[in-house]
Amino acid sequence: MVSVAPMRLFRWWLFFLLLLLPLGMLVEGLLTNDLGADPAKYIVKELGFWALCWLWLTLAVTPLRKFFGWRWLMAYRRMFGLYAFFYAVLHLLAFATFLLGWRWDMLMTELTKRPYIVMGSLALLLLLPLAVTSTQKMQRRLGRRWKKLHLLIYPASLLVLFHFVWQIRSDFFQQLIFAILLAILLGYRLYLKRRS
Amino acid sequence: KLAEAGRNAELSTRETLAPYYNVITHNNFYEFGTDKRDPVRNAQEFKTDPWMVEISGEVAKPGNYHLEDILAPHALEDRVYRLRCVEAWSMVIPWLGFPLADLIKRFEPTSKAKYVQFTTLLDKEQMPGQRGFFSTIKWPYVEGLRMDEAMHPLTLMAVGLYGNALPPQNGAPLRLVVPWKYGFKSIKSIVRIHFSETMPATSWNMTAPDEYGFYANVNPEVDHPRWSQATERRLPSSLLTPNIIDTLPFNGYADQVAHLYKGMDLTQWF
Repeated sequence: MVSVAPMRLFRWWLFFLLLLLPLGMLVEGLLTNDLGADPAKYIVKELGFWALCWLWLTLAVTPLRKFFGWRWLMAYRRMFGLYAFFYAVLHLLAFATFLLGWRWDMLMTELTKRPYIVMGSLALLLLLPLAVTSTQKMQRRLGRRWKKLHLLIYPASLLVLFHFVWQIRSDFFQQLIFAILLAILLGYRLYLKRRS
Repeated sequence: KLAEAGRNAELSTRETLAPYYNVITHNNFYEFGTDKRDPVRNAQEFKTDPWMVEISGEVAKPGNYHLEDILAPHALEDRVYRLRCVEAWSMVIPWLGFPLADLIKRFEPTSKAKYVQFTTLLDKEQMPGQRGFFSTIKWPYVEGLRMDEAMHPLTLMAVGLYGNALPPQNGAPLRLVVPWKYGFKSIKSIVRIHFSETMPATSWNMTAPDEYGFYANVNPEVDHPRWSQATERRLPSSLLTPNIIDTLPFNGYADQVAHLYKGMDLTQWF
């Protein structure tokens, strides 16, 4: 019989490496010069995409736990959330560095002229306090207020969705998928709340 | 014939060329997928021989022509143009082609021909992007020019780039290149050239009329509703020093083409 601890350790590392994988692949692509003719844009897009995925994954923890009874999943929610934040920060840094070259004048134009960039920035701003208060110590210290504070993930996720949808050129397949997923993830919570 | 083409120095820019690799792997050709790298992946089996081009509408000599017959009388020249995408990146590309004006004259447009419309091949078998369920573009892709724009000496019918025949992802076998307009005007893989008295429908204009006008002249003063057009990233760019340059009116071809739009409010006719 396998004892619980190695199993948990194995899972932790599995998730840790799995969520790190897209970043690893970007770095590998960068080193082997295999990111296409516009690596700057590609990196920014990929980091944004995975930040979105991990945010949705974070939001999926509660529904999955309640629906399938996967209580063990709770232990990884913080990791998922922090990964979402980590990728989002890299996404912003890559945007400012690779696409804008830290030109402040352009940063200002982008912020005023590209509404979806405002949406994305706001989302990241909302996620910042969540990342900062993600430690167990902070959780204990804040008590009931911690839970309230972390409700910010809902408006943040809606902003992220708008950030994504607002960039549709012609094909909206991905956006539709993520919108439906978010509707399910948030809708399930509303359903549970109504029932109780 | 490709090999015989000499450079038209007068109409060519002396700016640094984008490497061949960049030109053939970074394409907006939504018929083959919406990602920049989709066309190079999905277009390699694309059949461009035999290829027919229909000439129709207000012309004395309409008909269906073999590509060979379309190209036969024209000597090719090499022209280095700036290509400015509406997405705010740009490249410098050495095209091989001949002036569209020379082609148009052969088919003798009537006095009623005020506009030219171009159509890309419609072929769901070969073009996976046209099968997509979630695209807002109505296929086939169509573009158009006013007659004086079409007859302008800068307007090029391209059949090659970098001394070679056009790769399929760049619009083989025949594409338009209008260097003072956003890239989406330079329609690829043309199967029909239609002359009309009224302004023709154009694909991106139908998809999002508030974002893409019929004229689509490169204009740093008129922003896209969702982003600024004041600057562009000239590809290739390196990660730590993105090659950001100021966008020029008419993509730097104002001397040659600005007179076509005299008296027009370019914020209205964007």
